[in-house]
Order: sequence, then structure tokens, then C-alpha cells
Amino acid sequence: MGIYLPIAEISVNVFVLLAMGAAVGFLSGMFGVGGGFLITPLLIFYNIPPAIAVATGANQVIASSFSGALSHFKRGTLDFKLGGVLLAGGIVGSTAGIYVFALLRRLGQLDLFISLLYVALLGTVGGLMLVESVNALRASRSGAAPVLKKSGQHNWIHRLPFKMRFRASKLFVSVIPVLGLGAAIGFLSSIMGVGGGFIMVPALIYLLKVPTNVVIGTSLFQIIFTSAYTTLVHATTNQTVDVILAFLLMAGGVAGAQYGAKAGQRLRGEQLRALLAMLVLAVAIRLAVDLFVTPPNLYSLSAAGLN
Amino acid sequence: MAGPRAFAAAIPLSMLLALSPATAQTPPVESIQIGLSTDAISITAGFSGADLTIFGSLENPDPLIARQGRYDVVVVLEGPPRPVVVRRKDRVLGVWVNLDSETFENVPVSYSVATTRPLQDIAEPAKYKQLSLGAQNLYMKPADETDSPATIEEFTAALRDRKAATGLYSENVGGVQFLSQNLFRATVRLAPNVPVGTHKARAFLFKSGMFVKESSAQLEIRKSGFEQSVFRVAHDYSFLYGVFAISLAMLTGWLGRLIFRKD
Repeated sequence: MGIYLPIAEISVNVFVLLAMGAAVGFLSGMFGVGGGFLITPLLIFYNIPPAIAVATGANQVIASSFSGALSHFKRGTLDFKLGGVLLAGGIVGSTAGIYVFALLRRLGQLDLFISLLYVALLGTVGGLMLVESVNALRASRSGAAPVLKKSGQHNWIHRLPFKMRFRASKLFVSVIPVLGLGAAIGFLSSIMGVGGGFIMVPALIYLLKVPTNVVIGTSLFQIIFTSAYTTLVHATTNQTVDVILAFLLMAGGVAGAQYGAKAGQRLRGEQLRALLAMLVLAVAIRLAVDLFVTPPNLYSLSAAGLN
Repeated sequence: MAGPRAFAAAIPLSMLLALSPATAQTPPVESIQIGLSTDAISITAGFSGADLTIFGSLENPDPLIARQGRYDVVVVLEGPPRPVVVRRKDRVLGVWVNLDSETFENVPVSYSVATTRPLQDIAEPAKYKQLSLGAQNLYMKPADETDSPATIEEFTAALRDRKAATGLYSENVGGVQFLSQNLFRATVRLAPNVPVGTHKARAFLFKSGMFVKESSAQLEIRKSGFEQSVFRVAHDYSFLYGVFAISLAMLTGWLGRLIFRKD
């Protein structure tokens, strides 16, 4: 069944989009990530213009992170204060990102920049996760006790000024890295159409030493607002948010997420992380190949006079 | 009696002489008319391309030429003109990057042609260039005319090629059929991604390879009801549209949790 997307201005198949949403929802439920980093490249592979894929991806991320954050709010595993500071940084980063987005679009380098960012980030995160999870799998097979995270261990981040206390996270830390992290995620959110959970979660755990149980809820909480802000700014400055497209993806996504979460419970942590790492790497490699392989057409058209 | 009779005969003769220059001494001037059954087409949610039929008629055709099939008709449906940037990718450190570009002013977004016979069989190539008729002969005006002719030539060719590849520029040979000596029917393709706006239907009449006459009509292509509203709101009330998109996402997330909750 075909449907005409009013903003993307092309006809697409409803079932392909629902299936895409469901598949990404399944994976996001299984691994506890927003799925924005999969949705945007998939939409681009499906010939949706990258500018629309990014803005609509940000819109879709709101649905999955809102649903996830609600569960964490009920369980009390959400640090509002930490989320709020991250968010303040996020707004600044997102504003800068939107500006860069419009500039790159005018220069005709947006697609390349989006692909390069995806390859670099997904390649790095996927690679690190794969190494870590394979080591953990090997360690558990050889019967060695898993290495516990040393609590109370301080790094350079803890020597920065302007310290603030975050009770729910049992944390006393400078606001500078928190604001900076928020800004970086906001920037990526507006340029890549991702929530940024796949960077936020490891950064909170390893850099700020936030307890793992509050990390996901807090990350999801701030992602709701960063992506909402990104969606709003893309809608007003670039008019690239396609609600029909976003809704089809969300509808498939919320259903898929539940089955994914169920499937995820049957797998062990290291196995899950190894699978996620391979998935992330696969997307990175697919995008990297496109950068280096001679494209079937060297020429591309775009409307002139975009402000 | 001869005088009055000759006088009586002279009247019809002189009347005949007065009327004849238009009809008897020069051949009749043919002209062409086209009519659209509607002046607006709405694209609905399920739009996946369509054929648009345009009817037209020849006025004062020469029956002999018509019988020999030496009248040819070319019908064009031309989309609204817009500026276009053509970019070329080149290798930089192994990565394909958009480097050179050329901007063209007023390029028709779409251009569908229907003809009685292949264009090259109808008239000389120079004729088409002069009329700017046919996707291969359309004149594309570069924004920067100081660029080298070779570059402009290269990017113009690429522009035509890309337009043809996306189905926006198409040619339907045999798409114009004569139903009778006077009446013809033209079928032009509307691509699935046909742009909205004011399109122009033009019909060109050729007689034995010579251009005779042109006729045109306007056609409005717009998105129907719901799609049109969404597009309008997204552009005219973009802030409210953004707020709506966010609310819809939150509502979907909340409902999704309510319906499928497992914890």
C-alpha cells in the first residue's frame, strides 16, 4: 500500500515503513537504546532525502524515549537535576547544530557530513563495545570473576571547579563536563537525527561515574527534550519534519520495542552488547562503503536558493 | 441582349474573385487547439504516477496531407520553472565529495513529452533547438554565464540525465494519436514525484517537418485535502506544526506503553 509523504514529497510503501519502525523498535527494546542511529541511515537507504530523514528521526526518537523515561520515572531511576543540567547544555549544542546543518545544506556538503559523522561515531562506539564485550565473554568462559568497577576512583574530571551535588545519582561533580556532554549530544542530535543515548550512556558511566541504574532513565529524560527542541527548530527553520513518516515509524516502533524487550531478557548482558556492537559496526561499514565506492551517478540535483 | 447577360454574369464572377484569395490561391492555414478536461489535478495519498490525457484538434487541415500522415503533433506538459544546482562528486582522499557545481535558472521541474513519431523523424534538430522543444533541446540558462562552455555543456547534460532518471523528464513516442482527421489524443506521463504548482500544456503542430502553430493551456497540480493541509501547515504555521509533531510523538510513546506494557 503506497502513501504519499507530504513533506518528503514522495510515495512510499506503508508496510515497509511500519516494518522498519518495528525492526528498529525491536532492537531498541532489546538493547535499551533509542534507535535513532538506525532509523536515520535506514531512511536514507530508502531514498528519503537526508535532511528529512534527520529531522523526522529526531521526532521519532521522542516517542521511544518518552515511553522509556516513563518506566524509569515510575521506578524512581531518574535524576531530574542531572537531566536538567545536561538539558541546558543540550539546548546550546542543538542550536549550534541546527545552524551548521543549514550551512552545510546550502554548501551541498550535508549528506557527506552526516555520513562521515555516522561512520566515525558508530565505528568508534561499535568497535569499543565489541572489544569490551568479547573480553567479557572470554573472561566469563574461563571462569574468572568479572572485574568490578572501582567506586570512589577519581579522574581529572573530578578536579574541575563549579561543583554541584546530584543526590539521586550520589554524585558531587563539576557542572562543566555535564554541560559539555549535554552540548555535544545536542549538537549530534540536530545534525544526525539521533537521541545520542549510545554516546550518553557510556559517557555518564565511564566519565562521570553515574550509577548504572539511574543512567538510562536520566539519559532518556534529557533525550526527550533535546530531540523535542531539535524537532521544533528543524520544523521552523528547515520545514523538514514529516509527521506522517514519523508517525508510521513510531507506530511500528512502540509495538516492536515490547517484543524486543522480552527477547532481550533471554540473552546475557555480554551477548547483548556483542550483538549490538556488531549491528552498530555493520551500519558504520555500510555507510563507509558508500563513501568510498564510486557512486553510480557522480551528479546530483538540488533546489537552489535555500537560505 | 448580349450586354445585360454579360453584366449579370459579371456579378457572381466578381464576387468569386473577391472571396477567392483566402481560399483558392493559398493553402488553408492550419491551427491547433488543445483542451484539458480539468484545470486542476489533485494528488492523493496513494498517488504513484498517472497518465494524463489531453485532447486536441487540428483546424483547417489539408485532407491530402492528413491522409499521407504528414501532420505531426508534439504535446508537452511542463512543470513550474525553478532554479537548480547540479553538483559533481570527485574523489578527495578516496572519499567522494561534492566539488564542482553549476546553478541553472528556471529549469522546468518536470517535462513530459508525447509525440506522434520519434522527434528526429518529425523535424530537423535545429528546429527543436530554435523552439526549445524536447528534453534534449530545452535551453537551460546558467546563473554564471562566464563558466567555460564545456563545463556548462557537461552540467546541462547531467541535469537532463538526472531528470530523466527520476522520471521527471519523459518522452512518450506514439503518445499522440489521431482519432480522426481533426481530432487527436495525447497521453503524457505524470511521474510519482510530479511537483505541485502551475504546469503548462503546450501542443506544437508540424506539417511535413515545418513548424506551423502552437497552442497552450494551464494545469494546476496540487496535493489533495489532507496532504495539502499538512504541507500548508508545515510551511505557514511551522511552530505549531513542530509542537504538534512533538505532542504526537509523546502521545504515541505514552499510548504504546499503556497498550504493550510488560512491567
